[in-house]
Amino acid sequence: MNFVFDNDRPIYIQLVEQLEKYIVSGKIGVGERLPSVRELALLTKVNPNTMQKALMELETEKLIYTERTNGKFVTTDQTLIQRHKEKFAEEKTEKYLKDMAELGFGRKEASAYIMNVEGEENEPD
Amino acid sequence: MNLIECKDLCKEFDGKPVLKNVNLKIESGRIIGLLGKNGAGKTTLIKIINDLLTPTSGEVLIEGKKPGVESKAVISYLPERTYLNPDMTPGQAISFFHDFYSDFDTERAERLLQDMNLDKNQKISKMSKGMREKLQLLLVMSRDARLYVLDEPLGGVDPATRDYILDTILSNFKEGASILISTHLISDIERILDDVIFIDEGEIALSVSADELRVNENESIDEYFRRYYDVRKTDKI
Repeated sequence: MNFVFDNDRPIYIQLVEQLEKYIVSGKIGVGERLPSVRELALLTKVNPNTMQKALMELETEKLIYTERTNGKFVTTDQTLIQRHKEKFAEEKTEKYLKDMAELGFGRKEASAYIMNVEGEENEPD
Repeated sequence: MNLIECKDLCKEFDGKPVLKNVNLKIESGRIIGLLGKNGAGKTTLIKIINDLLTPTSGEVLIEGKKPGVESKAVISYLPERTYLNPDMTPGQAISFFHDFYSDFDTERAERLLQDMNLDKNQKISKMSKGMREKLQLLLVMSRDARLYVLDEPLGGVDPATRDYILDTILSNFKEGASILISTHLISDIERILDDVIFIDEGEIALSVSADELRVNENESIDEYFRRYYDVRKTDKI
């Protein structure tokens, strides 16, 4: 896992986004136990307070939960994970369509480009 | 209780004010950037906290007490300039620190020495500036202090080593301890900061959480400070 941050947006928000992505893509598995706040902070090279704040945010979104004395775990609620995955997909699609609109392509034309993309289908990694 | 509290702190050198009515509170468990241009008063403030200078008026309290023997036992201080005996080797410096500070962790120091690829038996006088800075930092971070005060810890090292030093700082401070880092290299350090204190011509211009500043200004802390000085420059013209 690789974490990269821009300095112009709050680091904890970027952490939430990146951790969310690892959860919906299954790189951090369903029901998996997370390392401690301090270990995660070291892994991502952020301040432990920032990591704590990001995890609290993920907990509010119910993507992770705390088991008292046992640590933090990724949710086992597949539907919830799926919903977050779809939210990501929608955002990415909107962004693509917006970029294409800036170039003067309508939505239909933009999707036609996607349909015409050649090459092998990439296996999701 | 606040870890550090400054109350109406003033310092003059030969009648010239260097710190003007500084009021500050620093809590436990935070990493705070003390930012400002050269000559803004960063080092003067740090020296007062470390009992190396006395204020002209006002006071600093460390865990409610004036700086002194007790505060020195809980503050691990990295001065701007190297103070290690050049005839010593890192190995000797480590045992010197071990004798001197009851909270010094020799094992951690030796591990860091290896990580940093420093030779235990090389004389400090034969080391490069960057090597000396690394050695000094590892000694300071090997204490289990409640407050680490690091005055320009990144000054003489290259960008790759800067990242390594930041990681060293992050991975070696105890839970609940605070770190006060002074620097003018803001962009290198801002990712690890909880709070920023901006000092300008001896006054606290800003004291705010790092993320709050990013949200409110929609830019990095580094960009904010560059803009701040640009505006000031135009004001004067």
